[in-house]
Amino acid sequence: MANVPEDLHYSKDHEWVRVDGDIATIGITDYAQNSLGDVVYVEVPKPGDEFAAQESFGSVESVKAVSELFTPVSGAVVEANETLQDEPEKVNQDPYGDAWMIRIRMSHPGEVDSLLTAAEYEDFTKAETD
Amino acid sequence: MLRQIGLNSGELFSSIPEDLRLRRSLNTPAALSEIELLAGFEQMAARNAAAYRSSFVGAGAYAHYIPTIVDHIISRSEFFTAYTPYQPEISQGTLQTIFEFQTLVCQLTGMEVANASMYDGSTALAEAVLMAERVTRRSKVIACGAVHPEYLEVVNTYVQHAGIELKHIDFDSRTGQTSSALDQALDEQTAALVVQSPNFFGCIEDIAALADKAHAAGALLIVAITESISLGLLRSPGACGADIVVAEGQSFGVPLSYGGPYLGLFATREKYARQIPGRLVGEAYDKQGRRGFVLTLATREQHIRREKATSNICTNEGLIALAATVYLETMGRRGLQEVAQQCAQKANYAARQIEKLAGFSLPFSAPRFNEFVVRAPGNARELLSRLASDRKIDGGLALWRYFKDRPNDFLVCVTELNSRSAIDALVDGVASVSKHKDTRTQS
Amino acid sequence: MEPTNITKVTTHISHNEGLIFERSRPGRVGYRLPPLDVDELPLSEIIPKEFQRDDDLEGVPEVSEVDVIRHFIRMSQWNYSIDLGMYPLGSCTMKYNSRLNERVARIAGFANLHPLANEQDAQGALQVIYELQQCLAEITGLPGISLQPAAGAHGEMTGVMIIRAYIDARDGEGASANRRTMLIPDSAHGTNPASAHLSGFSVKTIRSTAEGFTDLDHLRELCSAGNVAGLMLTNPNTLGLFEKNIKEICVIVHDAGGLVYMDGANMNALVGVARPGDMGVDVIHLNLHKTFSTPHGGGGPGCGPCCCTKELEPFLPVPRIVRTPTSRGSDAVDPSRENAAEFKLDFDCPQSIGRVKAFLGNYGMMLRALAYIQTHGHDGLREATEAAVLNARYIAHGLVSDYEKPFDAPPMHEVVFTDKRQARKGVHTLDIAKRLIDYGFHPMTIYFPLIVQGAMLIEPTESVGHQELDQFIAAMRAIAREALEDPDLVLNAPHTTRIGRLDEAAAARKPVLRWKPKQAAGAS
Repeated sequence: MANVPEDLHYSKDHEWVRVDGDIATIGITDYAQNSLGDVVYVEVPKPGDEFAAQESFGSVESVKAVSELFTPVSGAVVEANETLQDEPEKVNQDPYGDAWMIRIRMSHPGEVDSLLTAAEYEDFTKAETD
Repeated sequence: MLRQIGLNSGELFSSIPEDLRLRRSLNTPAALSEIELLAGFEQMAARNAAAYRSSFVGAGAYAHYIPTIVDHIISRSEFFTAYTPYQPEISQGTLQTIFEFQTLVCQLTGMEVANASMYDGSTALAEAVLMAERVTRRSKVIACGAVHPEYLEVVNTYVQHAGIELKHIDFDSRTGQTSSALDQALDEQTAALVVQSPNFFGCIEDIAALADKAHAAGALLIVAITESISLGLLRSPGACGADIVVAEGQSFGVPLSYGGPYLGLFATREKYARQIPGRLVGEAYDKQGRRGFVLTLATREQHIRREKATSNICTNEGLIALAATVYLETMGRRGLQEVAQQCAQKANYAARQIEKLAGFSLPFSAPRFNEFVVRAPGNARELLSRLASDRKIDGGLALWRYFKDRPNDFLVCVTELNSRSAIDALVDGVASVSKHKDTRTQS
Repeated sequence: MEPTNITKVTTHISHNEGLIFERSRPGRVGYRLPPLDVDELPLSEIIPKEFQRDDDLEGVPEVSEVDVIRHFIRMSQWNYSIDLGMYPLGSCTMKYNSRLNERVARIAGFANLHPLANEQDAQGALQVIYELQQCLAEITGLPGISLQPAAGAHGEMTGVMIIRAYIDARDGEGASANRRTMLIPDSAHGTNPASAHLSGFSVKTIRSTAEGFTDLDHLRELCSAGNVAGLMLTNPNTLGLFEKNIKEICVIVHDAGGLVYMDGANMNALVGVARPGDMGVDVIHLNLHKTFSTPHGGGGPGCGPCCCTKELEPFLPVPRIVRTPTSRGSDAVDPSRENAAEFKLDFDCPQSIGRVKAFLGNYGMMLRALAYIQTHGHDGLREATEAAVLNARYIAHGLVSDYEKPFDAPPMHEVVFTDKRQARKGVHTLDIAKRLIDYGFHPMTIYFPLIVQGAMLIEPTESVGHQELDQFIAAMRAIAREALEDPDLVLNAPHTTRIGRLDEAAAARKPVLRWKPKQAAGAS
């Protein structure tokens, strides 16, 4: 069973969002890293890049697949996790911690409200597996 | 077997609608025995008079010595009847070979990463242009007019729907090198500058200076090479600051074979590794820690990234890359240097002799490797055609084929295979047919 | 069950052999050139010092000829190959590569011929191209042929660019700009969307039906948008099934103003039996390295002829190879024709998409393919197709009791199974493929087509006999039993190769793509 921390928000594209004031930290879920398999490369944007919600902000690659990363919230990137460049395996090891991908200063913090709760996300992934 | 699986012969193709099935024999030749077939091909081969003459034609395809072991090794079943090495446990022969090939290409070009091959030099150049657009996100590409004309045609075909503007700049008609018109052409929209060295006229470009100019505008420098033997002697494009190097690898142990199969070499900087088109082989280890090799960074490729792939290439020139690897390892460090020096020395000798002939001149002043342009006193096509019929010598390529404003110019190529006596016969032949022709025209 | 308790067709030899760079010793050489026979000048008088290499080619190996031979012969023995046994890669058509074809390609009059030789001095070489064009036109039912593309994907790009050029010419600049959608089934080879993209098309995916065919309703729906330039379809499709509605599919696309491109990768199911031109297809590519037996060479070279209708012919790559009536022919009246070459390069093609490759294409492959066609003759070509389809049907029949066969329709030359039953025990397609290696076979194509979970696509070709098919079926059935009784045995396969499964994730995370000298290795 995939790990789904209670205190985060989730998207149907399998990203998680941790909110701290108007800053949102974004990464991919345990369920997502597990279905991808061994992650070998993560491409993240540069600080300053701006994205609208649902827009692709980068990609994550396993040996034989590429998945695009979609930001669940709009805003400007304030920090990107450069360490993933050298240690992409962190995405498999610690998806909710060390493997955060970007921090965004939200332009529409209200967008968070439309995201899934942990329980809703768990149901969503269950439905997807069936 | 049909009976065993419960079918009769009429049912084998039952899934093809009746009206689509071919109800007659194909109108292709009837079966031939080995004896008949060989006789037929021998007969056709005999009609290729050019294959049996002393030749000084280069221009993108070069006759070089091929050590006997090259054909022996590429004729091994294990290499030539294998597929793409998708199953590394039973493909290590192919994979390790490609790893060595990639290494050799890096060493020769002075670059950091090389792929497992492209179709040929011309398509490798087209892919380089597309890559430069991806890397820089700029849309203008400037190509020097002294790049092989057929390469430029291929680039044009590839980029015609890619939103890339291909701009040609003239070569300097005095030196034969990229002209200073370049300085105006380079701007902040330029993704890449494309030059060839030695260029189509055999002239060596000042790559280091061109790299500085390209980089000053924020553009990449793409260097194309058609005569890869030159790498045995000339400063590597990598050492001169090139960002992408593509080359035709045919000179490395591959027969002329009327234009193919040849071998596209593609090399670049490490920071662009994920933008490379085509296959890459990398080192890998198994659970016991044994070293092996495997296709890697495959997410760039069409079978995974589909329309977003770095290229549509799948099948490349695997066996030809093997031929080149065997060639390069057999000739080795000293052999590559010696063959390159022989080419340069012999071509220079031929150029000196021809330049002495009355009425003949060498129109370009830049330093050359093993090809040079000769200006004849009259029409070059007529001269070469008479040389072929009277002396059985193919004396070069009339530039008229690509440059209609140069009717008297022809491009001569000399390699280690052209002996001094063959060169002397060329010089003598050129002098005599041109004199003979002059008399006829005057009378 | 012991891993060694099986009947294996071959054994893998595992010599130790490092990289050539590790064998290199200063001063060792494996070549000799004749001494320079012209008056030598100081090198710097020929080429200024600043243009000369200053690294003395450091790192390039210094080895003897024996070193090179042993190096490659040892490595060769780590490879599986068609000449060792069955190579059932679906959609790859790994058939026997005749040695006669190799001999033909090495005849001096072809091998030593320069691509820029004058036409009249290369008549035999041009005749080969012309005759092969004629044969391929007859086999495909499509009269316009270009042999210039170097491989399948290259032929695809050529074909799609031809569609684009045709539509641009037909509709005019403005109108054609609204027709930029290429339809591609979800079961297609990845090269199809990549080639479409290169030609400036955006890709729309068509669903397949549960039976494994193109979904006609979805096709109609997508075509109704009015922006469809064409459809790229493989037939038989990548599930090995003949698209029985192909005629209707072509009509739907044509009525919507689009053209139909057929990926000819699976032509080995059709040669002499059915012709794309008769189905309504407008343009296809062939793979001479599949259907016409030119060797795969560990990944190439190939040759991907593009074949099209009369209407599309003006758009084919330049130059075309054409035949002109000779002075001995019927129209010998024109005396200026007296010395004219019979076979010519035609550069006068104003509507052409342009050149896709320098010179005339992978000529050596053309020689081999023509030799294949002549060796087989018209009857032999059809017999080969029959045998290829029969063999696939035989395998389908032999494995259906042990493996899940997702589609009921009878397969053509290849058949797809899945790992559905084995997956319950945790054994997946990759494991089955690796275990097959222990039985002495090359694995089938795995995880393709993408729409079939755990796909195993098996194409035996005509080059295997009854006995070898039985051995293959027995091996596959034994693996199915092992998956039930001793899954770990399969999960850890292969057991009999020089190396085990490689850590591909680690290789991709920190790619090492070239050898470096020891002292430099630490620096980077």
